[in-house]
Amino acid sequence: MNPALTATATPSGPSPAASLRAGMGHRVRIGEGVIRVFLFLAGALSVATTIGIVVVLGSESLLFFRDPQVSLVEFLTGTRWQPAIGDFGIWPLATSTLITSTIALIVSVPLGLSAAIYLSEYASPRARASLKPILEILAGIPTVVYGYFALTFMTPILRGIFGSDTVQIYNMASGGIVMGIMILPLISSMSEDALNAVPRSLREAAYAVGATRLETALRIVVPAAVSGIVAAFILGMSRALGETMIVAISVGSGPDFTLNPFRGAETITGHIARISGGDLSYNSLDYNSLFALGLVLFLITLTLNLISRRVVARLREVYE
Amino acid sequence: MTARHAPLASARFRTDVRARHGRGRIMRRVFLASTVVGLVALMALGYNVVKEAFGLVAVRDTIPPSRLSDRPLEELSKDELVAMLQAHISAAVFQRLESERPFAQRSQQDVLDLVVDRVVEPEIVLSWPLNEALLQRQAIEATLAAEAPDARLEWRSWLSLDFLTRTMSSDPARAGVRTALLGSIWMIAITLVVAFPVGVASAVYLEEYAGRSRIQRIIQTNIDNLAGVPSIIYGMLGLAIFVRALGPLTSGQIFGVSDTNGRTILSAGLTMALLILPVIIINAQEAIRAVPGSLREAAFGLGATRWQAVWSHVLPYALPGILTGTILALSRAIGETAPLIVVGASTFIVSDPSGPFSKFTALPIQIYNWTSRPQDQFRDIAAAAILVLLATLLSLNAAAIVLRNRYSRRMQ
Repeated sequence: MNPALTATATPSGPSPAASLRAGMGHRVRIGEGVIRVFLFLAGALSVATTIGIVVVLGSESLLFFRDPQVSLVEFLTGTRWQPAIGDFGIWPLATSTLITSTIALIVSVPLGLSAAIYLSEYASPRARASLKPILEILAGIPTVVYGYFALTFMTPILRGIFGSDTVQIYNMASGGIVMGIMILPLISSMSEDALNAVPRSLREAAYAVGATRLETALRIVVPAAVSGIVAAFILGMSRALGETMIVAISVGSGPDFTLNPFRGAETITGHIARISGGDLSYNSLDYNSLFALGLVLFLITLTLNLISRRVVARLREVYE
Repeated sequence: MTARHAPLASARFRTDVRARHGRGRIMRRVFLASTVVGLVALMALGYNVVKEAFGLVAVRDTIPPSRLSDRPLEELSKDELVAMLQAHISAAVFQRLESERPFAQRSQQDVLDLVVDRVVEPEIVLSWPLNEALLQRQAIEATLAAEAPDARLEWRSWLSLDFLTRTMSSDPARAGVRTALLGSIWMIAITLVVAFPVGVASAVYLEEYAGRSRIQRIIQTNIDNLAGVPSIIYGMLGLAIFVRALGPLTSGQIFGVSDTNGRTILSAGLTMALLILPVIIINAQEAIRAVPGSLREAAFGLGATRWQAVWSHVLPYALPGILTGTILALSRAIGETAPLIVVGASTFIVSDPSGPFSKFTALPIQIYNWTSRPQDQFRDIAAAAILVLLATLLSLNAAAIVLRNRYSRRMQ
């Protein structure tokens, strides 16, 4: 208890106001200021992190592109990535990144959207309560475990179906499919939020004119929630592009320019992980090239995240 | 309009309605099936890990015990066992064992273990996962007879107490996760110590101090975007900043530690702290936002300063929510692998980490390393390590749920 405050209870001392002022003198206010500054610095750290990412990726990339062996045009158009002989064309890495992510979306978009429709339009509260945690558990499993799953479970299945001549041990398909399972919870929960945000009155109106539950869901609710659903797809794409461990384990380790999903290749993230995991000397062209790849990845995922956020924001304006 | 005058229950209308409802029923099943796919995937994943972590192995002794002595080894006296050990291992190894702990002080059981380990040297030549072990026993015995007739069949749980306490080894039968587990614990401790105070402070600043200013908007947008940055990018940030630029600090050189470079537990912990900071901040903000405004006003009404109101009213009230969010963020950090690879986790370490300036390995790194090896038995111990990792995450999440439930009960 502040002694100044107890003192005010006895009228014999100096006037209550004066003793209060004495008790809460400058020291307290300086402390408040210091705390405020500290809290601000903590908040500013996250801005510093972003600046750090941009500066680190930017400056190392600059070193990379300044090197006489490298040209920006070759980097953006080349179809061979072989640092050992000075070939730095991003396409072999970019295609496999795009192929694995596309497979992931082909798996997770229909499943995720259907699951979201079921959970928001059909499921009883009890069914929801038991089905949603399962998706949440899937979302909490470390990606290295998914990588193990892709290599030891999905790949043998694919090889069993299509024959082990067509499907290589390391291939893009199994990594992509498992990545789809990984982003399934993200897509279903974001889509479900969007569907739940559609006002009940729209559904009731549809039922009133005789629409079945399916027609209401597909022709009224989904179109009304489309921006939120699209935002979920975009975010899922961004997550798939940046995913590392699944592809590092199951897709392979060699930048190979191929469009065949049953062949091994290497994604941007997989390449960064493999090269930086070995003995890498700083200030080498190899080292700098990783940061150029990182910059490309960062810019793409950032753009997708921003678009997704913008789309969600538009949804909010409509219904609030 | 003719439609209005047509009788509602015309035959065509009725078949039409029936078809529409039929489609509805079919699609309902499709939607349900899609939802259940998640469950199926989860079960497949669990099954796949469990079947690899347990199973049958074929064990072959380098020197069968029957060739060492006519009596069972357990019945031999300590001196006989010591003599046996001395006869079969090199003098140098014997000397090393003696200097670790003199044989005079060792128990009979201890020496027996050494004999089994060093002389009998059981070696796993083949292994089968649980599903084959249970369903195809005959086929396994046939393979065994054909390929390794002198080996015996044994049940083996790759996940065992020994697995938790043994260090790394190039022999999967002797490898364990001790170093990796300790590395993960050290790293998480550093992450927690850094990310928790900073994260809560940022959340307090954004919710209680910044108001709706421009700075607040910039920081908030920034945090939301950081949450979507791929984890491997954080690894590259950690590599450039903590490992290289701050190398003298993170390697402990300025504190007199000299044998390492910046690829230490400290660098990993700091990188991980940056990675989970946005998650902690966003969760803490939500917890603080849920504190009723009346509590703050009551504090202000008694003459509390802003910080006094935050410290003694808002934070205690929001603490369970903040802790729940922090636990969930930490469980993400425990499973993250990619940033650790980039920051430079070592894959083969046998000595326990001794402090923040040690080289390190972590549980997910070990899983990655073992999974990437071609031999079956490394896959088996990778599965056992996955079970350890999942058990850790499960208990953390259970703690978070208990915390959340207790919190919501107190609110009522």
